[in-house]
Amino acid sequence: MFRKITGVAMYGLAALWLFPLVWAFWTAFRPRELAISWTLSPDFTLDNVIKVWNAAPFAQYYLNTFLIVTGVLAVQIVTATLAAYAFAKLRFWGRDALFILFLVQLMVPADILIFPNYNVLRDLSLLDTKLGIMMPYFASAFGVFLLRQTFKTIPHELEEAARMEGCSWWQILWRVYVPLARPTYIAFGLVSVSYHWNNFMWPLIVTNSVENRPLTVGLAIFAQSFETGAQWAEVSAATVMVIFPLLLAFLLFQRQFINSFIHSGVK
Amino acid sequence: MRTVVKGLFSVLMSMALITGCSSGNAPATGSQAGAGAGSEAAAGSGAGKASGEKTELTFFYPVAVGGPLTKIVDGMAEEFNKANPDIAVKPVYTGSYQDTTTKIQAAVQGKTPPDVAVMLSTELYTMLDMDAILPLDDFIAKDGGSEYVNDFYPGFMANSQVDGKTYSIPFQRSTIVLYYNKEAFKEVGLDPEKPPQNWDELVEYATKLKKDGRWGVEIPTSGFPYWMFQSFALQNGKNLMTEDGKKVFFDTPENVEALQLWVDLAKKHQVMPEGVIEWATVPSDFLEGKTAMMYHTTGNLTNVKNNAKFDFGVAFLPAKKTFGSPTGGGNFYMFKGIDEKKQEAAWKFIRFMTEPERAAQWSIDTGYVATRKSAYETESMKEYVKTFPVAAVARDQLAYGHAELSTHNNGKVTKALNDSLQAVITGQAEPAAALKKAQEEADKILAPFNK
Amino acid sequence: MGLEHRAKWRINIYAWLLLLPSLIFLVLFTFYPVLQTVILSFYQADLGSPEPFFNGGDNYRIMLEDDVFWKVLTNNLWFALGTVPTSIALGLAMALFANKALRGKGFVRTAYFYPTVVPMIAVANIWLFIYTPEYGALSHVMEWFGHGGMNWLGDRTNVMFAMIFMVIWKEAGYFMIFYLAGLQNISKELYESASMDGAKPWTVFRRVTFPLLMPTTMFVLIIAFTNSFKLVDHLVIMTKGGPDNASNLLLYYIYETAFSFWDQGMASALTVVMVVILLLVAAIQFFGLDKKIHYN
Repeated sequence: MFRKITGVAMYGLAALWLFPLVWAFWTAFRPRELAISWTLSPDFTLDNVIKVWNAAPFAQYYLNTFLIVTGVLAVQIVTATLAAYAFAKLRFWGRDALFILFLVQLMVPADILIFPNYNVLRDLSLLDTKLGIMMPYFASAFGVFLLRQTFKTIPHELEEAARMEGCSWWQILWRVYVPLARPTYIAFGLVSVSYHWNNFMWPLIVTNSVENRPLTVGLAIFAQSFETGAQWAEVSAATVMVIFPLLLAFLLFQRQFINSFIHSGVK
Repeated sequence: MRTVVKGLFSVLMSMALITGCSSGNAPATGSQAGAGAGSEAAAGSGAGKASGEKTELTFFYPVAVGGPLTKIVDGMAEEFNKANPDIAVKPVYTGSYQDTTTKIQAAVQGKTPPDVAVMLSTELYTMLDMDAILPLDDFIAKDGGSEYVNDFYPGFMANSQVDGKTYSIPFQRSTIVLYYNKEAFKEVGLDPEKPPQNWDELVEYATKLKKDGRWGVEIPTSGFPYWMFQSFALQNGKNLMTEDGKKVFFDTPENVEALQLWVDLAKKHQVMPEGVIEWATVPSDFLEGKTAMMYHTTGNLTNVKNNAKFDFGVAFLPAKKTFGSPTGGGNFYMFKGIDEKKQEAAWKFIRFMTEPERAAQWSIDTGYVATRKSAYETESMKEYVKTFPVAAVARDQLAYGHAELSTHNNGKVTKALNDSLQAVITGQAEPAAALKKAQEEADKILAPFNK
Repeated sequence: MGLEHRAKWRINIYAWLLLLPSLIFLVLFTFYPVLQTVILSFYQADLGSPEPFFNGGDNYRIMLEDDVFWKVLTNNLWFALGTVPTSIALGLAMALFANKALRGKGFVRTAYFYPTVVPMIAVANIWLFIYTPEYGALSHVMEWFGHGGMNWLGDRTNVMFAMIFMVIWKEAGYFMIFYLAGLQNISKELYESASMDGAKPWTVFRRVTFPLLMPTTMFVLIIAFTNSFKLVDHLVIMTKGGPDNASNLLLYYIYETAFSFWDQGMASALTVVMVVILLLVAAIQFFGLDKKIHYN
């Protein structure tokens, strides 16, 4: 009985959770006059999407976001792999103190340091550049932790064996550690990509130009530009356009994503 | 501090190269550094470095009405570029007014200001305090003269001038007007040609018009309620600040009376929704017949004209002691730190964008009030006013138009007032106490400028 | 001795070189900015003062007298209190449910998780419409109960609940994933022996599952807590912190102070407060509650 009730409740919750998405899609593909009425009619239109696509350079925004997200991830993987290896496998002076310093970044992320980081970026003359958007996230304490945890579970014997064969340290890292930590990399990649795809405040502050503006900022600017009143159909269409690719990728690869997350050593 | 950062950065870059080579990920890191250099170069040219013969101008502009209007502005800039082959204006759409203000301030702080920009007329003092803008008097004297400046409506110029100098030229300007549903008027036995003339009539009519599913009137109070409130203050006799932007008058008995009217409309007469009324949904409410009257910007005229399924009217805001409305919207500014050639080019551009024909077309396309008297003398405008007489209402109300609330440290001062207004609207405070608090806060904020 | 010494040196240098790339970015965008913020917080640097000058603790004094500061701080605490426990509990419930092989497992899991991959800005757009009086979905639903005219975002009390609910919706699925991962690490035998003993599901949960998921809970707690201070994107779209700061949060206030008012000294002082709060919580976590559980 208890089981049944919770079962129904949890399916209900799933339906509730899906509702906003359905509602956004529903509004986006209906004639704009119908956006504010609460009727079920089979009207369908692509007008809103077309209008939005023509009204703002969303293609450019896509490209920008894509470049930013991949750039951040690529650098993060390098920096985090190196640091994680050092923390996991080497005994060196200052290790614990350093580790706590890394912990600090987990608690005080760059996101809350918007104002001082803006000043740093200004001093580097990197305002309104993609590099400027990416740079504060190049070091990822989260990534270091995840990888360190995984690297620790890799037995030392494997490394010894590789060393016997004459592998240099980076070959060991590349051939032994990285392949064995693949699920962790995927899980971290998922977190990093969705995080930076979603990131808003920081790029809002440091970008001016269309060439550097990511999707989220473009969307916000678009949604805020209606002084004459809310245009729900257009805004919904823009919203759907922005979330669709990531959502699609997630739906297609969700099993892999979630499984690698589960087996990544995230505990 | 700058050098410390630069030093760290160069260490970092060399590190990136070293580790890049040894970690077996050279392509990734290498391309990263390359991308960095590339975007930096792009930023450099974006800031408007003159290349060769052509004078390049970066032009930031907001569009408050959304969508296709960016195309209109881009089109105008293109037209200008064609007419002036030695100048290349690069328009950069920077979002809403608020976004644009933030962008420009950030750019000024980052020492990469745009060359010209349209931004809120009320940012004048902030821009002066940042030492960011150029006075335009020399250009005006050389080209245009007082004939040019005096052609603009005084209500619009009010926010442009301080200490006898002119700092900005009106472009995308608006005021508040009353939109009313003529059919609703007829339905309840009111004369559709006689909109409410004063506050008493406003209450009276709204009460008559109120029925289930329809409010009598809606006055938006989200985001920037001070603007709406300012019209009531003006109608009751006095603007909210001095002309030099150093003093404000928030807690006068007249203003308390005005705010009490807002509260009464919602609480006592129940002809207006309680709580904060969202700016963006008010036009929808009006178009859907969910409110019989609304206070809104003239910038909405075209929207209402195109989408209203009923006969509607546009009128002066109801008066108390007098009619009155603040103006609003964006002006052209020119920024400091650009060379003379660019200044000349920028002035040319401003002149071009504010020509009567263009001002007229802009007004017809958007519903914004044309900024110049001569714009209403153009053929296209005459024709437009003939077919759509309400377009002239906003212009005529300009006789009672005054400067929008604008002070030093404008952001903080308006926030103090906005917060207090919303506190009253949401039932958290009494009008007198709330306005007193806003006054005290504003006095504190303005104290350094009154030394 | 000499040889061993040299080897030690080598490892040290080697380790530090490996850490250097991360460390440089960490210094450049975490430690140096924090230091700079602390310094600047003792300066008056705003529109009224062309050249910043040292003003002692004035920024802090003004801050403590500032009603808005206290308002955003308490708001943030309520926001944390409203979002953190609920979304964690919900995440756990989702994980437990999605973990059992039932019909439509993948579907349910997807439904719970997808809000995580939707940008907060997009979420805000969608929910802004949902909460809109008269036309929004919620308003239509409430109409069935005779409360159609509810003003969700324009009312001081409602607005906080509206925000909290939206954030729970956004975050619970994310925490579910961590719990799903945690559940994989609990051995099946424990459950088998528990069911042999005839323990009720609730008892199993209380005695076995929950305690063994403690490390996950602690980890998720940190993320949830920092998120409640970090997440302000929706305010830009939905309320701008209004009405009368009823939905304003600390980070958004910093944003306003820094980039709308250009009061850099005050923005720095506020940032310092933010950093101190987060570090305090971290300290409690690491030295109090969390000694044995994590990161080892």
